[in-house]
This record gives sequence, structure tokens and C-alpha cells, in this order.
Amino acid sequence: MSENQNNPADTSHEVTVTPEAGTAVGHPERFPDPGVPDHKHRLTDTDPRAAKRAERTVTILFVLSILGTVGSIVAYVMVPPDGTTSGVRLSTLLLGLCLAVSLLGIGIAGIHWAKSLMGDKEMVQERHPLATNEEDRAIAVQDLNEGLADSGVVGRRGVLKGAFFGALALFPLAIAVPLIGSVGGDWNVSKFKHTMWKNGTRLAIDPSGRPIKAADVTVGSVFHVIPETTEEFRSTHEWINEKSKAVVLMVRLNPEDLRTDQSPEGETWSHEGIVAYSKICTHVGCPVALYEQQTHHLLCPCHQSTFDIADSAKVVFGPANRRLPQLPITVDDEGYLVAQDDFAEPIGPSFWERLK
Amino acid sequence: MSTATHDTKREAPAKPTTTVGKAADYLDQRTSIGVAVKEFARKVFPDHWSFMLGEIALFSFVVLIISGFFLTMFFEPSMALTTYEGEHPATMHGQLMSVAFASTLDMSFEVRGGLLMRQIHHWSALIFMASIVVHMMRVFFTGAFRKPREINWIVGILLMILGLAAGFTGYSLPDDVLSGNGLRITDGVVKSIPLIGSFMSYMIFGGEFPGHHIVPRLFTLHIFVVPGILLALIALHLFLMVLQKHTQYPGGGRTDKNVVGYPALPVYVAKMTGNFFMVFGVLALMGATMSINNVWNYGPFDPSPVSAGAQPDWYMLFLEGSLRLMPGQGTEWVIFGYTLPLNVLIPAVVIPGILFTFLIVYPFLEARVTGDDREHHVLDRPRNKPARTGLGVAFLTAFIILALAGSNDLIATHFALSINAITWVFRVLFFVGPVFAYWVTKRICLGLQRKDRELVLHGHESGRIVRFANGEYIEVHTPLDDQERWLRVNFEAPAPLAIAPKTDARGVKRKGYGADKRWQGLSRFFYEDRVSPVTPAEVAAAHSHGEHDELSGSERQAVEAGAGTTSREH
Repeated sequence: MSENQNNPADTSHEVTVTPEAGTAVGHPERFPDPGVPDHKHRLTDTDPRAAKRAERTVTILFVLSILGTVGSIVAYVMVPPDGTTSGVRLSTLLLGLCLAVSLLGIGIAGIHWAKSLMGDKEMVQERHPLATNEEDRAIAVQDLNEGLADSGVVGRRGVLKGAFFGALALFPLAIAVPLIGSVGGDWNVSKFKHTMWKNGTRLAIDPSGRPIKAADVTVGSVFHVIPETTEEFRSTHEWINEKSKAVVLMVRLNPEDLRTDQSPEGETWSHEGIVAYSKICTHVGCPVALYEQQTHHLLCPCHQSTFDIADSAKVVFGPANRRLPQLPITVDDEGYLVAQDDFAEPIGPSFWERLK
Repeated sequence: MSTATHDTKREAPAKPTTTVGKAADYLDQRTSIGVAVKEFARKVFPDHWSFMLGEIALFSFVVLIISGFFLTMFFEPSMALTTYEGEHPATMHGQLMSVAFASTLDMSFEVRGGLLMRQIHHWSALIFMASIVVHMMRVFFTGAFRKPREINWIVGILLMILGLAAGFTGYSLPDDVLSGNGLRITDGVVKSIPLIGSFMSYMIFGGEFPGHHIVPRLFTLHIFVVPGILLALIALHLFLMVLQKHTQYPGGGRTDKNVVGYPALPVYVAKMTGNFFMVFGVLALMGATMSINNVWNYGPFDPSPVSAGAQPDWYMLFLEGSLRLMPGQGTEWVIFGYTLPLNVLIPAVVIPGILFTFLIVYPFLEARVTGDDREHHVLDRPRNKPARTGLGVAFLTAFIILALAGSNDLIATHFALSINAITWVFRVLFFVGPVFAYWVTKRICLGLQRKDRELVLHGHESGRIVRFANGEYIEVHTPLDDQERWLRVNFEAPAPLAIAPKTDARGVKRKGYGADKRWQGLSRFFYEDRVSPVTPAEVAAAHSHGEHDELSGSERQAVEAGAGTTSREH
């Protein structure tokens, strides 16, 4: 820091001139408060014509507001939304603009009135210390003590006191236990660990539900996959819960591009370069939906965790820590892609008892 | 009219004659409202534009209640599945969706003014949070949180957190794809909590995600529980503000023992009412012209699709950014077979925890390191508290970097940059940025203080160049007037805490010395570098060797005539 040449009390570390140190004989320690600045008159205070003008402006603004309200009612009646997006937009625009005029008219008028016509002489009021004065405080303490004495709990009635506070502390349980007990449904948290995939479940296209033949999967293509079920089941809440766990992203790579997958020794979880991975991010559970064909990278649009599909879906960037679980697949007699089994590990974000 | 009634009553209990007088008398006999009117009608409030920021928050909350009431008339908080029968929008016709989503479409397309109210409601929520944050910045940087207002500062922080909760619960109600994925992220974060995470997830969703309970549950929280508590705390916030009387900016005649400003009636009644209508009017304008959250473009919630480039509402961006910045490699620990996902816990729980704790603790921390136990009603100029201002800017820097990181995908696509590179830059900036911001801000504050000293000691540059007989040129400086000077000298520059020595007179070690030493260290951090206000003696000293700065009129002519040569510093 370059020093400021002409500043005797210039400060960097420890260079401080306190008011005391700077006090010379014959000077007060501090400057006196000059008091509230002199009042400056506004134009409307001194010029009656300006005041008249301001009054007229305020009046016009209030009238404008009334016109806005009337306009809004006219718009409501004359321009009903015809259901199309543009019709809705027009109705919204007209109603909103009229409402805005009606409100801003009042707002601007009020503030202009206050600023130009109402008194603007500054006033001074005293503050009082917030603490209660000593006398009142003494009385308050005495009152409290007398009240406590009257209650009879002062002294050795320990059991009574214990029972009193115990009862107060415990009674909410009578409400909380049934509430908390029921609020979590069946509390069967092990459901996280399984999906509806099982041996032989066909892979189907999301959302049509049409099963997929291995022969229809060309190299480089990407399929958003759900387990094959009935049409009725797909319009139930249970399905939405199951789908939340079971969605899969399936890709066909050139078999030579597929460096590794998650198949254990002696098993093959992929089929001729077709691999299927859970679409639920292992970070916090967004659907990992952005696939880049050139790099075989799968990107989560929520937090940019990136997985390498050609290399067992391991994490190559971002906040996820674990690779996406692989769905073991094969083909059935009719050539349809089917699951060999459920995922080998829980899908989606991590939780405390995940590996238990 | 009513004053006339008061006057006659004071002399003799005469019956009021005017209509207003009679009504006032009727009310007063039953409520003693006269006491309240006497207390509040001409109560003085200080005036400054920045005192309006909190008002904007208050008024956008009122707009939220008005527009929210409108929406509840048409919204059905049910997750029952239905096939959308409406003709508009055509893309949604025949789709399977929740009743909540269908009613959102219906209120947007069939209810006149429904879309307007939805948009006003959403914009109000964004402005509500924004004005809260800016209001907090004003309070922080001017030191308005100091005694006796620490409690109100904490009430304010609770209001901000409740505002976040209100926004979050409302955002998820339409049950669209975007908000559904938001809920999914919430579910992932909740599951990361050790020991009870899975059970908390079940507790929130009534079973597995997404279930069919979450929308009605959020609805109850959004329209009853959260706004109820908000309303109660707003009442407390305002009550404390009135009780403690408003702070005021420094200036002539403003002290810790008075309040200088304008009376509530009529000035603030008019200004506040006007401001309410202005805020509502601007929000109506926004709702009319700026479309927001067009849920029919996203479609009903489905656990499979997700939209790229999706952003949460701005006040949630810092959490989103925090999640995005955390590196995942090696940050999920397995201890005795139990999983501890630090890659989620740290950004989603620990980081916001630290940020909010800093806000809550700060007033007490500052009072402790200042050794200050007095009431403060005159605000600080931010430059006069360089460490506080620096810390505030550092905090904001961290917040803004996290928020920007929450938009790293948009930054990448708009500026054609690598998302990985951006993420790495933000990872580094999150640590370096606040430190740098602190240092720069503190230096700027100290510089401004020195500039103030300079002005007080030597006055304004007048632009008038004077030549002396000996050839020397000087610029004449005009001294500051009383008000200008008072603004620049009326502050305190506390020194770091002084502590008792380590040992007493007999060489016995003092208990608590270590703690004192640590507090002193922290106090040094705050007050080691400081600039003291100019004293009258210093001004006198400066003038004694620079007096021709101050010359006016005839004296100047004398100088110009060649009266003297004075050594100068300029």
C-alpha cells in the first residue's frame, strides 16, 4: 500500500492516531454536532402555481387509475380467452395492463402527493432506553417472586414439579406418535433396493410400452426403456413409483467400442454391444438423459455428472461418486430383449443402509 | 374535525357534534383507541430510500396472499390420475396426468385472469425473496443489526428461510416435469442424511418417491403452515421495529437518543400506501407482460424425461450450484457397511448450514470483538467498518458464485464453453473469490475513509489556481461546511480488544487467558487496520501549514500580491 503523503493519521498496520493522541491544547476532542440541517423549501411550498400543478397531477393520476379499473372490466367482458395460447396471452395482457394502470395510478399519485404537497418539515422525537427502569424492574421481579410463592412450587416440592414438567413435555407424544407413525406409509424402506425388473421381463420403449427386438436396435441408437407391463398397470400410481426406479437407458455400441461393462466373471450382461444402464443418477436421482454418441458419455442435465457408457458407466466428471448400475440383459426365443435379473445393486442416490 | 372534538373534551366532557367525532367517541369509549392514536399518529420515522426495501418485501407478501387466494379457488391439490379432457392446450388433450396438473392447465386456459394471477404470484415470490435479500444487505452493511436489534435480525433470517420454504413448497404444486425433478433432487438429498435419511424420505412422500401424497401435503404447508408462521413473524418483526423505533442514517442532529424524520400521519401513511400500490402495479405489469413457468410446455410429471438447461427459481440457485460444484470422486464413504454420501451432504446440508450460521452468529460475534454493549440507533456508513463490509461482500461473493455455478450449463451453452472447465473455475473461485473480495473491499473502505480524512483536513478542490509572487502555483481549497464535515468525522474506529496480562502481579497464571487471547486475535482481524476520524486539533494542525487553502476574497488578493511563501505539501 502506498502511503498517502499528506495524511498525518494515515493508517496501515498499527499506525493509528486515536482522538486522544491527536488532541492538542485548546481544541475540543471531537467536532460538535451541527444539528439538523436547515429546512429547504420545495417549489410547491413557495410557488402556489407549482402547488396547484402538483394537485392537478395527483388528481389526473387518480382518474387514470379509475380508467384502468374500468378498462379491466371491459377487457374481462370483451376479450374472453378463446382457449388458444395466443387468446389466453391477449386476455392476460389486457387484464394485467389495466390492473397495472389502476394500481400504479394510485401508487404514483399517493407518493407524488406525499412528496410535493404534504408537510416536509423534519421533526425530532426523543428515544428512550429500551431497558425497563430500575424501579419498575424491581416491582416486576417482586411480582414474579410473589406469583411463584403463591403457586407453592418454590422449595422442595420436587416431585410435583417433575410431574408437572413431565406431563407437559409428554402430552404432544399422544398426537405425534400416531401422526409420525402413519405419515410414512408402511415404512418399508427396503423397497428402494429392488425394482420390478426380473428374469425374463421384456425391455419396452418408453412411453409406448412396445417391446424391443434386438435386431431393431441399430448401432449408435439410444432407447429410453421401461419394463413391459399391461396398459392398465401403466395408468396407476404403483406404476409411477415403479417407473421411478426401473427406467433404463439402452445403447448399442460397436462391440469393439465397448471396453468394459459390469458383468461379473463368467457372465455376459450385454448383448452384442447392447448395454442397458439405470437412468437414475447415483448422485441425487435425476434421470440421466443426455447421451453423446461420439464420446459415449451420458450426462445428467441436473448436476452434470458424466458417465462413460463404453467403460461400465463409470463416473468421468461431476458430483456423482458411483457408476450407474447395469441391467443384465439377453434375448429371449422370439428375439426380444429381456432382463436376466433385477439390478445387482440398489439404483439411484446413496442412502445410509444401502449396502446392508 | 376530530381535533376539535379532542379540544372540547379536554376542557369539559362535551358531546361530540360531528359525525366523525361521534364515531371516534363511540370507538374510543369501547377500545381506548385514543391512546394508540396519540402514540402513533405523529410518530416520527426517519426517511431514506433504502428503508423501502423491507417494505417491498412486505408488500410483495401481501400481493402473494391476494393472488394466492385467487389461485386456491381453482387449484385442486390432488394427485389422483385423470385423463385431460380440456381442448387447450391441444398437446395435453387426452394425456394421463394428476388432477393438480390438470387444474393448473384449466386455471391457465379457461379461467379469465387465471394465468395473469399465476404469473403475478410467481413473480411476486421471486421479488419477495429478492427484496428480502437486498433488505438484509442494507441491514448488514449499515450495522442495523447491532444492539438492540439482534433479535429482530434473527427474526429476519427466519423470515428469509420461511420464504425459501414457501417458494419451494409452492413451486412443486403444479406437479409438472420440472418441479417433479426438483422433488426428486430433494428426495436424493434427504436420503443422504445419515441414519434417518430413508425414513425421512418416506415421511415426506408417504412411502416411496413420488407416491401420491406429496402434492396435498405441500399444499397444506404452502397455503397454511408456512404463510401462517410467516405472518406471525412479520407481525413480530414490525412490532419490534416500531417498539425500538427505526434506525437512522448519520447526519446533523441525528443521535442515538433521538429520531429525526417525518410523521406517520400523513407522510408515511401516504408513502407506504403509495408504495404498496406501486409494488402491486409493477408486479401486475410483470405478470401481464412476462410469461413465467409455462407448465404446459413441460408436461405432467413423469419419472423418465428431464429437460436440459432447467433452472430452479433464483433463490434456490445457490443450493443447486453447491450440488453441482462438489466433486464426486472419493467423497462417498462407506463406514462399517453404512454409506455416508458426503458428495451430497456437504453441498446440500453443510454449506447452507455454514452460510446461515454465519448470518445468525454475526451480530453477537461483532459485539464481542468490539467489546460493545451500547444501544445503536445511528447507522454506520459501510466504509467506516471495513472488516464488516469486507465480510459481507465476501459472503455475497460466495453466494453469487454458487448461484452462477447453478447456471453453469446455461453459461456453457450461451458462451460455447466447456462445462467441465466452467465447473473447475467455479470450484476454485468458491474458495479464492470470497478471500479476494474481502481484501479488495476492505482496502476500498480504508481508501474511502482516507479520502474522507483528506476532505475534512484540506477541503474541496475548488479548481481555482493561484499564482504567488515567487512563482509558486497552488489550488485553493474550500473548507467543508458543518454538515459535510460532521458526516465524515462522526464515527468511531474501535481499537482491538485490550486484555489483562497472562500472569498476575505474583506471577500466577491467569485463568481464561487463552480464550481472551483468541478473542483478541479475532478482534485484531476486525480492527487492526483502521482509520480514525479527524479531530479538531488535526484540522488546526493541517491549517497551520496550509492556510492559504482557506483564504477568501481580500486575503487571497493579499496573497496574490506576494505576501508570503509557505511550504506546502500539495
